[in-house]
Amino acid sequence: MDNYFHSVVLSEDSCKGCTHCIKRCPTEAIRVRGRKASISGEKCIDCGECIRVCPYHAQKAVTDDLEDIKKYKYRIALVPPVGHGQFDTGTGLGKVLKAVEMLGFDEAYDISPYCDIASAIIKKHYLEEKKITRPAIYSDCPVIIRLIQLRYPDLLENVIPLVSPMEIAARLKKTDIANKKNFRMGDIGVFYLTPCPARVTSVQVPVGISFVYTDGLISIRKIFGSLSKNLRELQSLEKVEGYEFSGRGLKWGTIGGQSHSIGSKNYLAVDGIENVINIFEEVELGKLKKLDFIEAYACTGGCVGGPLLVENAFVAKTRIKHLADITPSPKLIGKEKVKELLDTGLFTWTEEIKPKKMVSLDPNIGKAIQKMEKVEEILEKLPGIDCGSCGAPTCRALAEDIVNGRAREVDCIFRLREKMNEINRG
Amino acid sequence: MSSRDMVILSYRVNPEDFAKAGDASSNTKKVLKKLGIPSDITRRVAIVTYEAEINITIHSNGGEIIVSIDKAKIEIIARDYGPGIPDIDRAMEKGYSTASDHVREMGFGAGMGLPNMKRCSDEFQIESQKGKGTTVTSTIYIHD
Repeated sequence: MDNYFHSVVLSEDSCKGCTHCIKRCPTEAIRVRGRKASISGEKCIDCGECIRVCPYHAQKAVTDDLEDIKKYKYRIALVPPVGHGQFDTGTGLGKVLKAVEMLGFDEAYDISPYCDIASAIIKKHYLEEKKITRPAIYSDCPVIIRLIQLRYPDLLENVIPLVSPMEIAARLKKTDIANKKNFRMGDIGVFYLTPCPARVTSVQVPVGISFVYTDGLISIRKIFGSLSKNLRELQSLEKVEGYEFSGRGLKWGTIGGQSHSIGSKNYLAVDGIENVINIFEEVELGKLKKLDFIEAYACTGGCVGGPLLVENAFVAKTRIKHLADITPSPKLIGKEKVKELLDTGLFTWTEEIKPKKMVSLDPNIGKAIQKMEKVEEILEKLPGIDCGSCGAPTCRALAEDIVNGRAREVDCIFRLREKMNEINRG
Repeated sequence: MSSRDMVILSYRVNPEDFAKAGDASSNTKKVLKKLGIPSDITRRVAIVTYEAEINITIHSNGGEIIVSIDKAKIEIIARDYGPGIPDIDRAMEKGYSTASDHVREMGFGAGMGLPNMKRCSDEFQIESQKGKGTTVTSTIYIHD
C-alpha cells in the first residue's frame, strides 16, 4: 500500500469493523471502511495500543520465529529485564537465561548490564558534561522517538542520541564473538526477545542509525509456552550460574528505572502514550526547562506493559522490583571508560533524525486553509458526539476525511437519518 | 458560503479558571499542525497563545483570544475587560510580576509572560487603559 514498514499489521479475517482501535489510536491512524479497519502507514508509530485493545486479536505484530535463528551459525539471544517479570520470582535469573538457550541459542545474555552502560553514558557524558539541551530526553522506547519526530520535531534537540541497551549489547557481543570465536559477522545472529512491536520497527526501519546489529526479534508472548516448559525441566537444579546481571539495570524494565539508575535528582518519569503527549506539550511551551531529565515510555508501567508480554504489567513490575532489590549491582563504569566507548562511535546515532511531517489537510498552506474552512462548515452539521460509527475516531476526523475525498457525509449515521427524513418528507 | 481564505479561531477566557487555561493554545496548535504550518512557527504561536491565556486567567476580569490564520501570517489578539496594566514598561521587564502569592504557589506569575510573548512575536503591540482593559496583538509571519 505504501512505503512505510510497520510491525503492527491487521488481519482482515479477524477484524469485525468495531471501533475499539480507532478510538484508542493516539495518532488517529486507523479508519474503518467497508467494515474493516485499515492503518495509515504515514501516521502509525507502532505503539501497539490497537493490539492491546482489539477484542478479536485482529491486530498483530510481525516478529521473527525461532525457525529464523537457524539461518545463523552462531546464535545469541538478548533477554530484557521484562523477560524475568514473566516468571515467578523464585525461578531465578540464571534459569530464565538457560531456558532461553535451550530454545536453540548458543548463548543468552541478560540486557541489565548493558542498561548500566547506557546509564553511565547518559549520566557521565550527557548530563554531567551538559552535552544536551535541557530537559534531556532519553528513550529506550522506539515509540517515543517516532512520536517526537511526528508531533514534536522541535524537541529532537533534547533527545540524547544514544542507541538502546539492546543495540549496545548486540554491538559489543557481536564484535567480541567475531574476534574470539573466529566467526564472520554475518554468521552471528543476534535475537532480542521483545515485549513490543515498536522494537521490531526500530530494527527494520532504524532511526538515528543506518546499520543495526540486532538481526531479529522474537515476541516473548510467542515463546512463553516453550520457555515455561524448559523451566520445568530445570526445576530440579538448585541454581544456574555463569550469567551476568545488574540489579540496577533490571529496573530499566519499569518506569522510573532509568532515572533511578542515572541517579538524577531532578527528573520526570512518564508512562502511557497519552500522558507522554501531555508532558511533551508542556515541554514545547517551555514550561519544564528546569528539569534535567525526562524518561518516557509509551506503555503504562514502562516496557513491563508491552503488548507482546503475557503477565499482567503490575504483577510483573512487582516481580522486577523484587529481583532488582536482591540482585547485586556492579559499579557503573567511570568517565574514562565512557569516553573510550563513545570514541569508538559505535554507540551514538550516526544519522540526523529528520522531523516527519504531520499529515496536514493539504501540502499547500493556502489550500489547507480553504479546506479547513470547509471542515468547519461540515463540522457544524455533524452531531459532535465522536461515536466512531462512521469509521473515523472523531467528528472532526470525519470532516477532514470528507474534505479530502476519503469519506462521505452520509457515512455519519445521524446525517444519513436526516437525509432519509428529508427524502421521506419529499 | 464565500471563502475568506482565512481561518479564525476564537476562545473565551474566564478569570481564575485554571482548569480551562491552556485549551486555547493546545487547540490552536492542533489546527496549525493540520494546516501544515512549520513546527517552529507553531511552537511560537502556541507559546504566545498560552501566555496570553494565563495572563487573562490570572490578572483580568475575563477576556478573549482571537487567532486569525492566513497563508502569510498568524495574528493573535488577546483582549480583556480590565483592570488594565498601570505601568506597561515595567510589565514588559523580565521577572516583574504583580501576581498574588496564591497564584505563584500554583507555579504561575514568574514575570515572564509578556516578555515571552514579545520574544516569540515578529510584531508585538500592547495597549492598556486603566479600568477598561488590555489588548495585546502579536503577529507571526509564516516563512517557507
